[in-house]
Amino acid sequence: MSETEHLYQERIPIFPRSVKGRFRSLKWGVLFLAYGVYFLLPWLRWERPVGPNQAIIFDLEGRLFHVFGLTVHPQDIFWLAGFLMLAALLLFFVTTVAGRIFCGYFCFQTLWTDVYILIERLVQGERPARIRLSKQPWNAEKLRKLGLTHLLWLLVAFVTGLTFVLYWGNAPELIVAFFSGQAPFPAYATTFFLTATTYVMAGLAREQVCIYMCPYGRFQTVMFDKDTLIISYDKERGEGSEGRHKIAKGFKTQDERKANGAGDCIDCGYCVQVCPTGIDIRNGLQVGCIQCALCVDACDNIMDGLGWERGLVGYKSERELEGGKTHFFKWKSIGYGVAIGIVLALTVWSMLNQSTFDLHVRKIRQPLYVTLSSGEIQNSYELKLNNKTNHDVTMRLEAHGLNDAVADFGRFEEIVIKPEKTLRIVARVKMTPAPGMPKQQDFTFRAVPVGQDDIQPIDSPARFFIP
Amino acid sequence: MTETSKQAVQTTGHAWDGDLQEYNNPLPKWWVWTFYATCVFALVYWVLYPAWPVGKGFTTGLKEITYKTSGGQEVTTHWNTRALLAEDIQTGAEGVKQREYLEKITSSSYEEILSDPDKMAFVRSMGKVMFADNCAACHGSGGNGVMGLYPNLVDDAWLWGGDINDVYTTISQGRNGYMPSFAETFNDEQASDVAAYVLSLSGIEGDETSIKRGDVIFNGQEGGCYYCHTHQGTGMKSVGSANLTDKIWTIANVPGAETYKDKQAAIKSVIMNGVSRQMPVWHDRLPDSTIKLLTVYVYSLGGGE
Repeated sequence: MSETEHLYQERIPIFPRSVKGRFRSLKWGVLFLAYGVYFLLPWLRWERPVGPNQAIIFDLEGRLFHVFGLTVHPQDIFWLAGFLMLAALLLFFVTTVAGRIFCGYFCFQTLWTDVYILIERLVQGERPARIRLSKQPWNAEKLRKLGLTHLLWLLVAFVTGLTFVLYWGNAPELIVAFFSGQAPFPAYATTFFLTATTYVMAGLAREQVCIYMCPYGRFQTVMFDKDTLIISYDKERGEGSEGRHKIAKGFKTQDERKANGAGDCIDCGYCVQVCPTGIDIRNGLQVGCIQCALCVDACDNIMDGLGWERGLVGYKSERELEGGKTHFFKWKSIGYGVAIGIVLALTVWSMLNQSTFDLHVRKIRQPLYVTLSSGEIQNSYELKLNNKTNHDVTMRLEAHGLNDAVADFGRFEEIVIKPEKTLRIVARVKMTPAPGMPKQQDFTFRAVPVGQDDIQPIDSPARFFIP
Repeated sequence: MTETSKQAVQTTGHAWDGDLQEYNNPLPKWWVWTFYATCVFALVYWVLYPAWPVGKGFTTGLKEITYKTSGGQEVTTHWNTRALLAEDIQTGAEGVKQREYLEKITSSSYEEILSDPDKMAFVRSMGKVMFADNCAACHGSGGNGVMGLYPNLVDDAWLWGGDINDVYTTISQGRNGYMPSFAETFNDEQASDVAAYVLSLSGIEGDETSIKRGDVIFNGQEGGCYYCHTHQGTGMKSVGSANLTDKIWTIANVPGAETYKDKQAAIKSVIMNGVSRQMPVWHDRLPDSTIKLLTVYVYSLGGGE
C-alpha cells in the first residue's frame, strides 16, 4: 500500500461501554416511547364517516392526509410551514435553555445508534470483548458474531424502512401486498432506501453523522450562552492544583488527595469509555458532545462507589461553573418562547378555522368574450367546487354584482358534491353591453348551501369582459 | 538513486539506466470498482436489450413486449420504447382508467352525460385534448374559429344546427358550405344594393332607396338569394346558409369594419366572390367514442342551441 498522506483522518472505531444510571434509564424510557409510537402508530385504527380507517395515513393518490380527526388537504400546505417553524423554534428554545438535549435524547440518529450498540453488545459482549473481537484475525467465531450483528442491524433497518412505508397506505393491506410482491414500486424503493440509510447511518457512520454531517450540530453553538446547561466537568474539583491522579498510595481518601494537590478525578477513564462519540468530556465543551449524559451516569457510579459527592461531571451552565447561578429566564429564552406561542396560536387558529367548502373561479380566456346572435356578450368561467366535509353538500350557484346579466350553469344550477370530492363546472354569463360601460367589470359567483347549516355561502370574485 | 521519502509519490520499483523510475499513481479504489460495476451492467444490458449493430440489423436482446396494433392484431416484438408506449397506453393503469371512463361515455345517452357533472368533467378534460389534436388547427384551441374562414364554435349560431345530434352529424359526416359567386350576375351597383339590404336585416341602417332596390333583388328572381337565405333572411340549417338577421358574422368581417362603407364593401366582397368551405369527414378517421366525446365537448363550448 502506498504511504501517501491522507487528507482525512481515518475513523477510530468506538466501542462504548454500557452504563447504568438515571440518565440511561431516562434515555431507555424515551427510546421505548419513541419506538412504540413510530412502530405501532400505522396499526392504530380510526373510524371515519368517509375515508380510510387508519389513524394516520398519508394518502398521496387521494391527495389527503388523515391525522386522527384532522383531514389535511393540499391547500393546507402552509400548516406544514407552521409545523416546521414550530419545530425549529422549539429546538432553538431547548437549545438555549438546556443545550443539545435534542441530540442526546430525541434525535433518531441517537435513538437508532443506541439500539444498534445494544445489539452489538448483546451479540458480541461488553467493550473489552468487542475490542478483542475486532482485533483478532478472521475465524469462525468472529464471522459468526459479526455476521449475526450485521444481520440483526439489517433486520432493524428493514423494519424501520417498512414501517415508514406503512404510513402511506392501509397498513394491513399494504404489508400483505408488500410480501406478496404486489405493492407499488415506490414502496419497495422507499423501504430499500431507508433500510440502507438506517443501516449505514446507525450501524457504520454513527458519531460521524453528528460530527461531520449534521448541520444542527454545527450551528447550535450560536444559541449557547453562559446560562445554557451543558454537560461539564468540574475542573476545579477534579484536578485540584496538581491534576488528576489515580487511586494509589497516599491518594486514597479525599483528604489525602487534597493534601497532595490532587482533585477528585481518579482518572478511571469510565466517562470516556461510555461516550458514544468517543470524546473526553474533561477537555471541556466540544462539538462532538451530543449531551447524552452517559458520562454523568458513569462518573456518578464511580463517585457513589467511592462514597464521594456526585456531580464531578454533570449538567451545569458556564455561569454555575464559575460559581454563579443559572438564569433560565433570559431574553433569548423568553423571545423564543413568545415566538413559539405566536406560531402555535396561528397554526391552531388556522386549523380550527379550516374552510369546509371551497369555490374557485377561473376565467376561460380563449376566447375572452364572444358575441351572441342577439348581440349580447357572453363570458365563460370554470367553477371549481371542492367539498372538504365528510357528507354530501348541495349547492345552488348564483352570480351577483352584474346588472341584468344572466348566468347559465348548464344543468348544474343546483348540484350535489360528494364528500372529499372536487367538481368543475362551466358557467356562461351573458349581458347586453350598454354604451359607455367599462371594458372590465368585477362581480362574484356565489355558492349557497341548500339545507345545510354548517356551511356559509361562499363568494368568489370574477371579471366580465366586453369588446 | 535517492531513497524515496514516505511522503513522496511511490514508484513502480523498477529502475532503468540507473536512475530512470516510473511513478505509481493508481486510480482511486472507488473509481475502479465503479468502473467494474458499469462493465457488468453493460454485459447484462447487452443480453437483455437491443445493443449491437450487426450487418443491416442489430442484436435485439431477450426482453420482449406484446401489444395490440390499432388493427387489433397482437404483436410481440423486441424491447423498444415505441412498443413500450403502445403497451403502456393499452395496459397501463392510466390507460385502463381512461378506457373505463370512455366506455361510460359511449354507453350513456347525451341526456345522461349532460346531466352528470362527473362525466362532463371527463368530457371537458379528454375532449380538450382531442379537440386540440384534431379540431384546433382550424377552429382554434378555444374553439373561437377564424373570421372569414372557420366558424366560431363558442357562440350560439350554428349554420348546420346546434342540436346535439346535428353537431354529431357535422363532425361525423363533414359539411360542404357553399355560396355561389354573383360576379357575373350583379353589376357593382346591384351588389352594393344587396349588401345594403343585408346590413339592414340585422339593424344596420343605410340609404333607404338602395336598401329597397336590394330587397327587390334579394327576394326576386334576379338575385334569388332567398332560395337559401329565405325571405326573412334567417337562413336554412339544411343547406348551412347563414342567418343574416342576427349579430353574428362568420365570413364578412362586419364587426371589424369601422365605417358603413367598409361594412358594405365586406359584404359585397362575399357576394361577388362566393363562399366555399369544407368541414372534413371524421367518421373514418376517429373512433365513434371519440366523435361522441367531441360532440359533447363542442356542444358544451357555447351551450348549443
